[in-house]
Amino acid sequence: MAAPPSAYKDRHFLAVIGDEDSVTGLLLAGIGHVTPPPDAQKNFLVVDAKTENSTIEQAFDNFTQKRKDIAIVLINQHIAEKIRGRVDTYTEAFPAVLEIPSKDHPYDPEKDSVLKRVRRLFGE
Amino acid sequence: MSGAGDREAVFPTRQSLGAMKNKLKGAETGHSLLKRKSEALTKYRAEITRRIDEAKRKMGRVMQIAAFSLAEVTYAVGGDIGYQIQESAKQARFRVRTKQENVSGVFLPQFESYTTEGNNDFGLTGLGKGGQQVQRCRETYTRAVETLVELASLQTAFVTLDEVIKVVNRRVNAIEHVIIPRTENTIKYINSELDELDREEFYRLKKVKSNKQRDNNAAEQEEKASKRRGSDKENADDPGATDILGEQEDQDVIF
Repeated sequence: MAAPPSAYKDRHFLAVIGDEDSVTGLLLAGIGHVTPPPDAQKNFLVVDAKTENSTIEQAFDNFTQKRKDIAIVLINQHIAEKIRGRVDTYTEAFPAVLEIPSKDHPYDPEKDSVLKRVRRLFGE
Repeated sequence: MSGAGDREAVFPTRQSLGAMKNKLKGAETGHSLLKRKSEALTKYRAEITRRIDEAKRKMGRVMQIAAFSLAEVTYAVGGDIGYQIQESAKQARFRVRTKQENVSGVFLPQFESYTTEGNNDFGLTGLGKGGQQVQRCRETYTRAVETLVELASLQTAFVTLDEVIKVVNRRVNAIEHVIIPRTENTIKYINSELDELDREEFYRLKKVKSNKQRDNNAAEQEEKASKRRGSDKENADDPGATDILGEQEDQDVIF
């Protein structure tokens, strides 16, 4: 029943998909990581008004499915809204997807995919 | 065929009856154990849900404070430092480690944050001015990320636990509604079949006995009859007894 150790053994990093301020702050905390060249992959994505949804989706899929070294994916709630379908259908335990508030968008517990499941559980 | 509903394909023998009874006992034990497990996990999940709720609120507050301190930095440095920071991020200082916690036989993952010392990507950020604010902002954000990690481990535990509870409940229901009734059906079937055999056997014995009796009676009758007939015959054709009245021709008497 429990996930085998191989599923999470090598997961050390956090990944961020967020607006510039959130990403900057989190990078200041020291979560930023770039894999060694030649395939330098960043574990963060800055999203602004011009970023395409497909880019966000691609980054989300990359962090959740392809990369095996990420333990937690942080995503700004207003960005999660843009790819809501993806986020809601994602139910794996590893990596954990966490919706975080951003400076301009206060946190709304109604939209959180996990809290939605919690509420559905209690039949509300 | 007796016993409505499905049953297992077994031969109705005493041996398989014993096996089925054992199976039923096992299923009942398993059912009560799983039920208790499911209850324990559900209780734990309620606890986690409460903690998630708390942590989410805390996260809201912490992130707000962090955003504010970042605004301070922007003001103190006098310009956007985002680009500089994104470019200088190389090695993660803040990392997480995963371990497992065992809750009634379920392994729940937990994240534990740790910082690797020695590499500091942002040594030069805020060198000109606002270094203090940058330092404070880093601390604030580090605390915020710690909260996030805590929340993430709660959330992962919740997801895992939810999955496990579903599986356990499914098993409980399967045992309760499929396996136990089916086993009971099978036992009923075997019992009725064995009874049937018993009745058949009994009837057969009775039949054999009555046949035997009839045969005996017949033989007795026969014997009696033959005895009686024997005495009649004795009377009837005794070779020694001659006809006195002289049905036979007299022999000529010659003088």
